[in-house]
Amino acid sequence: MPQISQILETYASQFFWLLIVFGLIYFTIGHGMLPKIEASMDARDRKIADDLAAAERARAEADNLGDSGAADLKAARNEAQAKSSAAKAKAAKDADARLAKADAEISTKVAASEAALSKATAKALSGIETVAAEAAADIVAKVSGAKVTSAQAAKAVKAVMSHG
Amino acid sequence: MAGESGKIDPMYQFKIEPLAQLQLAGYDVSFTNSSLFMILVLGALWLFMWGGMKRDLVPGRWQMAVEGVAGFVNNMLTSSVGPEGKKYVPLVFSLFMFILMANFMGMMPFGIVPGVHPFTVTSHLTITAVLAVISFGTVLIVGFWKHGLHFFSLFVPHGTPWWLLWLIPLIELFSFLIRPFSLALRLFVAMTAGHVLMKVLAGFVINGLNAEAAWVPLVVSIPSFILMIGITLLELLVCAIQAYVFALLTSLYINDAVNLH
Repeated sequence: MPQISQILETYASQFFWLLIVFGLIYFTIGHGMLPKIEASMDARDRKIADDLAAAERARAEADNLGDSGAADLKAARNEAQAKSSAAKAKAAKDADARLAKADAEISTKVAASEAALSKATAKALSGIETVAAEAAADIVAKVSGAKVTSAQAAKAVKAVMSHG
Repeated sequence: MAGESGKIDPMYQFKIEPLAQLQLAGYDVSFTNSSLFMILVLGALWLFMWGGMKRDLVPGRWQMAVEGVAGFVNNMLTSSVGPEGKKYVPLVFSLFMFILMANFMGMMPFGIVPGVHPFTVTSHLTITAVLAVISFGTVLIVGFWKHGLHFFSLFVPHGTPWWLLWLIPLIELFSFLIRPFSLALRLFVAMTAGHVLMKVLAGFVINGLNAEAAWVPLVVSIPSFILMIGITLLELLVCAIQAYVFALLTSLYINDAVNLH
């Protein structure tokens, strides 16, 4: 077994080179490179934790905003409903009032027209009597040649018209 | 490697051969094949870590692998020592990665190049002993630094009955002092035994193919080859497990030193 049979000849060389190599590993790799690698691992872990915390905060904020948004929306809808029902009520009232006013105007106009109509009718009726009397007098004059006064003719027309 | 008379020596792979002679203060510190593989391990480890240094926010595959190992060691120390364990991450990471890379480097198929064979640094008692001493020394230094002489209370567990006070500390002291030996021997034995087994099976395959009788390759070489595939996979698993065990035990021992049970 060379490990034991050669031990006296080789131990110095083995110790010497091992101490050099292990020293280099310990100081340049263990204390030089390893801390940098661990630092980048820590930095990544911290970044991930920070990002997660930020995302959690943003989520909570969004939840809050959603809640208040829903409340705002509800209030606005209520307000809009109140406004629209008030406007409807007002419009109905206005329409009633205008309708009533128009009714009144129309009925006065109707009454005036009726009055004018009856007056005109009366006037026409009296006109007809005169025309009829004149016509009767003319007819009498043409038929019999007798002269009838308009008073006599009017009297005769009146008598006929009242009879029939 | 074939020795004399066509035999395959499964121990040859552990032989240390000097590649360049070097003397320092009267000691022979020649650059050997073992030193070469340590340098290779250092290079491979450096390359691996360099690939993970991009420091992207969204890691690529390589960065993910490096961060996975770093996070694994970090997690091991925080779970066994607590938040104070972060201080020892560089040490345990260096131990873990050095052992893991050395184990894997010894499994690389460099043997396909004639005259080259892989060398497993961690299959040498001298290496594992130094690693165990580093681990155990850290425990002693941290323990006495943090707790002073109170560190000896480690040998008196909570709830020890007064009439056992003469025995329990003795047992605890022995189990404490045996730690570096068990750390060193476990790694050394596991790597040596696995590599010897693989070499023996490889010898079966090659010697069976070279045999005169035609039935030998069929009966010996093919089953050995199939078994060897399984053993190789198992050995790769052992490479990772031994590195993990070394790192885990080191972090548990550091826990003793930091928290005193």
